[in-house]
Amino acid sequence: MLAQQLVNGLFLGAVYALFAVGYTLVFGVLDILNLAHAAIYMIAAFTAYSLVAHGLPIGVAFVGGVILAGVVGILLDRIAFAPLRRRNAGTLVPLISSIGAAIIIGAIARGIYGIDERHFVEGGIDSPPIHLGPVTFTAVEALIFATAIVLMLVLSYVLRATTLGRNIRAVSQDRIAAALLGVNIERTIAATFFIASALGGAAGILTGLEYNSVSIDMAGSIELKGLAVIILGGMGSITGAVIGGFVIGAVETFAVAYGLSEWRDALTFGVMFVILVARPAGIFGARALRNA
Amino acid sequence: MPETLVLDGVGVRYGGVIALDAVSLAVAPGATLGLIGPNGAGKTTLINAVTGIAPLASGTIALGERRLNGLPPHRIARAGIARTYQNIRLFGALDVRTNLAAGAFAQPGAMSEEAARRLLERAGIPDLDLAALASALPYGDQRRLEIARALAAQPSILMLDEPAAGMNPAETARLVETIRAIANAGIGVLLIEHDMTLVRAACDHVVVLNFGEVLARGTPAEIARDPAVIEAYLGTTESIA
Amino acid sequence: MTFFVQFYAQHSRLLDEIGINALLALSLSVSLQAGQLALAQAGFAGIAAYVSAIASMQYHWPLFASILLAVACSTLVAALLAYPVRRLRGIFLAIATVGFGEIVRVIVNNLSITGGAEGLSGIPNDVNTGIIYGSLAVVAIALFGLARTKFALAVALTREDEAAARGVGVDTGLVRFASLALGGAIAGLAGALYAHAFYFLAPADFGFPRMEEILVWCVIGGVTSPIGAVAGAAFLSILPEIIRGLADFREITNGIILLVVILFAPSGLSVLWRARRATVPRDA
Repeated sequence: MLAQQLVNGLFLGAVYALFAVGYTLVFGVLDILNLAHAAIYMIAAFTAYSLVAHGLPIGVAFVGGVILAGVVGILLDRIAFAPLRRRNAGTLVPLISSIGAAIIIGAIARGIYGIDERHFVEGGIDSPPIHLGPVTFTAVEALIFATAIVLMLVLSYVLRATTLGRNIRAVSQDRIAAALLGVNIERTIAATFFIASALGGAAGILTGLEYNSVSIDMAGSIELKGLAVIILGGMGSITGAVIGGFVIGAVETFAVAYGLSEWRDALTFGVMFVILVARPAGIFGARALRNA
Repeated sequence: MPETLVLDGVGVRYGGVIALDAVSLAVAPGATLGLIGPNGAGKTTLINAVTGIAPLASGTIALGERRLNGLPPHRIARAGIARTYQNIRLFGALDVRTNLAAGAFAQPGAMSEEAARRLLERAGIPDLDLAALASALPYGDQRRLEIARALAAQPSILMLDEPAAGMNPAETARLVETIRAIANAGIGVLLIEHDMTLVRAACDHVVVLNFGEVLARGTPAEIARDPAVIEAYLGTTESIA
Repeated sequence: MTFFVQFYAQHSRLLDEIGINALLALSLSVSLQAGQLALAQAGFAGIAAYVSAIASMQYHWPLFASILLAVACSTLVAALLAYPVRRLRGIFLAIATVGFGEIVRVIVNNLSITGGAEGLSGIPNDVNTGIIYGSLAVVAIALFGLARTKFALAVALTREDEAAARGVGVDTGLVRFASLALGGAIAGLAGALYAHAFYFLAPADFGFPRMEEILVWCVIGGVTSPIGAVAGAAFLSILPEIIRGLADFREITNGIILLVVILFAPSGLSVLWRARRATVPRDA
């Protein structure tokens, strides 16, 4: 029983981690909390759904959705954040700007798809259960988990071993120094948004597949949960986002398993609140309190 | 009532780094004490310790009979300690008059226009437009407005953190007059400066800090001859001649 | 005369909404003026709404008493919340207060006394437009009076530069506490009036989407301007009525207006009536 719940928690946590990683990447590089991240997560899921509905195989739809998410991320930066950077607007103003963008993206999604739930496969995805000792899961769940892990590993590789990754890390540490060293700041930021949004979009598509359901409400439910994850892990820390994702996934799974499912969200935000009060830097965060 | 600011064996630590080590000095009413030393010597930390921003690891700070260390910053300010900042911290989006009113926050009553004018005069900017936005002022005026704001609190002790930074020799000379007038009015002045011309002209005594410790104390002429001080400054571009 | 009667009859609900939204916007504005992005007001309003409703329905308290109780509760909660978040600034404060709001929503969603997810219906509908605007007037007069005091100066200084404010003797901790508690009181009043004006409550009414909405009103009106907060709330509440034909585009319009303001007119609507100077009165 415990092992099964752990596996469930891992599966859930992997997708949370994937979502949170994009969230925290933007914060780490730009000090911006992009509240439109959840909207991109949602719109990627809808895109993948539409592609599947038009007969494309799920793999292609996945890639299509991810790329669209990345592009939307770049556009988002161009429209909502870049102008603010030029006038040195601080950190709370972009937050509000991201809310505006999220509202617009949500409205567009509502306009195209309405408020009803959509399904990738009508009648449920048919996937035979796999038994591995005391635990049971479906092939689809395993594939989703594997995809999330692979994507996070790819991100880790990019950040550690590529020029782009090095540029991103440089910009996140000290933008002025990076510019002096010849890093093209705007291009690096655009790439950061592409990657972060692509990963967020991937998380959305995977979530849609997991529950065979895509709806506008998806954004609302993940948006705040993602916050709890990155606070727990430490804002700006990729490792923290991953660990935080798994921890929150586990907390939620166990809450449901032990009969506390209605209080699940309160638990998640309670943990987040306690972290903020006791150790705002989270587990791995380097940024602690920001003084006025 | 004029009171002396006394630092006794003050120590400040940031994590493992010792920023101040057993520093003792006193600023008496009407006196001007210069505080000099290489960058990183702990001068601003000392001001931060007095104003309550930097907690003490050891020692005491007192104004007259009243112990200051351990009090929250706003209480220390209300006790009669005023300061200016190395990087100007005016209330930029507010106008000149409001900045002065801010300085007088702990004083009862409102700030009249004459009172505001008088403060500006004492700070050497008598013709400043009271309605001008603080952040729109020229740099030199901003520095003097910070001084005016500090004076508005009617302090016993005024701590100036590099007030002459960015000023040319003529402006610096005017600043000497301003500081002398402030001290003559009975306020004890602690002056952090790199500009030795200013220090020599404005200060009766000087304390030299190095690596958080007091290296030397005496009149400006004495410390200019002190071999330990000369050695500490050797290799830097700052001349103490 | 009949025109006004007809106008009122047709639009009374809208007028009520505007009044209550204005109060909600003011409750956030009080925190924003102190430089705090404390996004807990929707939660405060929700608590008050439910307390007031339950007091009326379950315990048959008269209207005024139930509103008073509700405001006392929301203010108390705000005062209590101020303590754990006292060291948080900027985004961290925003997130903590959002978390608080979510916890409130879940609690309300799960208690039977609040009707759970289905909410409460049949709350005595004894608040009319007059009471709403009367309350708004009282709050406005109180805030206007406060604006002439040293407290208003303390708030402005805390917002502009907290460390420098402390350096001139402002107890910034007290300012932050007071502004949060005051916001809690005003939001509580709005919530209690809401319950009795619209006689139906659901947990989702005071969740994060509502908090975002309140933030949008304040931003559009001018973040540090209380008049702006009211103007923003009124403007965005009326807008969908004016562009009635574009009702479906209401949401996207809100988003676009928000982006336009943030990008091109950061002072929001307040630029219409404010000189680009200090807003602190001369005699403070």
